[in-house]
Amino acid sequence: MDFQLTEDQRALRDGVREILEGRFDGAALRGAADSGPPSLDRALWRELGDAGFFSLRVPEAEGGVGLGLAEAVLAFEEAGRALLPGPLVATFLAAGEVAGAAQGTTVVTAASGGLVPWLEEADVVRGDVSGAVPLRSVDPLTPLHRVPGDGGEGGAADAEGDLLIAAEQLGSAGKTCEMAVRYARERTQFGQAIGAFQAVKHLCAQMLVRAEVARAAVYAASVTGDGAEIAGAKLLADEAAVRNARDCLQVHGGMGFTWEADVHLHLKRAWVREGLGRSAARAEEELAAAL
Amino acid sequence: MDLTYTQEEESFRAGLREWLARTLPQLPPRPDPLDWPGRRAYDMGWQRRLYDAGYAGLHWPVDAGGRGATPTQHLIFLEETEKAGAPYVGANFVGLLHAGPTIASEGTAEQRARWLPPVLRGDEVWCQGFSEPDAGSDLASLRTRAWRDGDDYVVSGSKIWTSHAEVADWCELLVRTTPVSDDVPKHRGISWLAMPMDAPGITVRPLRTLAGSTEFAEVFLDEVRVPVANRVGAENDGWRVTMVTLSYERGTAFVGEVVACRRVLGDLAREARKNGRWDDAVLRRRLGRLSAEFGALWRLTQWNVSESQRAGSGVPGVGGSVFKLRYSHARQELYEAAGEVLGPAGALDLGHEWTLDRLSSLSYTIAAGTSQIQQNIVAERILGLPKGR
Repeated sequence: MDFQLTEDQRALRDGVREILEGRFDGAALRGAADSGPPSLDRALWRELGDAGFFSLRVPEAEGGVGLGLAEAVLAFEEAGRALLPGPLVATFLAAGEVAGAAQGTTVVTAASGGLVPWLEEADVVRGDVSGAVPLRSVDPLTPLHRVPGDGGEGGAADAEGDLLIAAEQLGSAGKTCEMAVRYARERTQFGQAIGAFQAVKHLCAQMLVRAEVARAAVYAASVTGDGAEIAGAKLLADEAAVRNARDCLQVHGGMGFTWEADVHLHLKRAWVREGLGRSAARAEEELAAAL
Repeated sequence: MDLTYTQEEESFRAGLREWLARTLPQLPPRPDPLDWPGRRAYDMGWQRRLYDAGYAGLHWPVDAGGRGATPTQHLIFLEETEKAGAPYVGANFVGLLHAGPTIASEGTAEQRARWLPPVLRGDEVWCQGFSEPDAGSDLASLRTRAWRDGDDYVVSGSKIWTSHAEVADWCELLVRTTPVSDDVPKHRGISWLAMPMDAPGITVRPLRTLAGSTEFAEVFLDEVRVPVANRVGAENDGWRVTMVTLSYERGTAFVGEVVACRRVLGDLAREARKNGRWDDAVLRRRLGRLSAEFGALWRLTQWNVSESQRAGSGVPGVGGSVFKLRYSHARQELYEAAGEVLGPAGALDLGHEWTLDRLSSLSYTIAAGTSQIQQNIVAERILGLPKGR
């Protein structure tokens, strides 16, 4: 048993982070959030396709990268850190099945938990979206439709989808922890950095604890692929992303309540992802049933 | 990332399971949880069986009398013994998990030969003399003094919350060997001594916990003579030695307990299905959430063990604080849920195992560094936030 990232996995994670930092940094995120109704950056989508992001799990014989669920989770964690917009999970799961999805030339979305992200921008829609009505999404970078029912759920693809959403939540939880710590070291009040105050320290420490517990759950579920473990990973990662964003906002004080700080974007995306895939109630019932 | 075990590890697991299946039915009945001398005898009898079967001090170095097993084998040992419902380490807790590893890592050859074999055989019980009435969370403020007189230290002062003092043979004792001054900050000037509990001048006054038992005590020291040869580590270097001890306490001391909590959670679900409480969706979902919680804490344990195995140190790092923070609260939530499963009548039944565990779980956010201190450690040593108030 060696439950640590391999050298290759570290390299993959660092590589994805580098690509995203170069192509979708904080300024790009802010620009996208400020530019009115969201539109999908198709050039970026194709660049991700060229880099092998969507074809990570497609076998090499079929032109993919031939890696596993664990590597996919590391890539999606990075996407979550960067708050990359778009129907990444649905397109990733369609790679190898829908032409052009692996290359990033076809954008795929799907109904998930009764919600459909990016319906109007998608080229291909999976699942039953008849009767879809637009919502005013809380997240400025995730347009949403609602469909009657929950759009169908329970298959293996849904389980993998939930795990990838959990990985994005994990990335966001880690990022907001870093943002809070950086701010707590820089911002001074009463003649010292606010990070010297225990009340602020304890908020930050709990953010790290939440992120690390969620990390263990998400990584382990990616290795075992176990259904109950994936349900637990989604539950804990949802909670880590939402609670960490809220605590990060609190550490930022008045600045955190403005549009200018990026914190609210993480919180709103975390809320949206919480509504996609398995809900907390369903995950808890599934885990209870397995006891 | 790999969660599979090697063939060697699996055959170790199989051998252990077979031994547990054969040995556990031979154990005497468990003593009353409030009968502490009875518990000492029971716990040490279990330790003796482990020793005879070659399972004692599994993760200790071979030259300390252990088997030099890998952290992963140690993990398997803790997992399987808990799964099988084997006795808890109990009275041997301090010796096996704190004092022993500290002496193994910091002691001389003579010290290791003197103190480690009796711990492994279950012959001698250790207690922990760290905290004082005015030095609990602020451990470095301790005031118990030791001054040199020939080949002895003469020790005066008092300790409190000394686990297992009532039945202990030895005490891992922190004393101040150089007074605090402008030249000697409070973290310096502390030494780590092995004190025999039968030395003249020691008075033990058992403290009754809120659970009604006397697992710890006040210990009064009135000019107790402890040989200088009993000092582990250099004089005035006790703080560093203590940090070794505490990293064991925070890092590996709770591993088996996570497995035990998962077992208890299964028991709670069975009981709730039997007594009708399972129909309460709020309670059911609460148990489901706890399942995710303890599942993740088990994975975090495997993560930390793998990390220490890669580092080759065997000593858990500061990440132990992350684990301890979450685990101590999760354990309290588990036994809160147990109270709900039992319902009002059960919650008031002091004779029920879950009620006693519910009461004792309240110590988890206090002992071995309070949650507030742990949060400071995480914030300052991992996240790099500035020291302050």
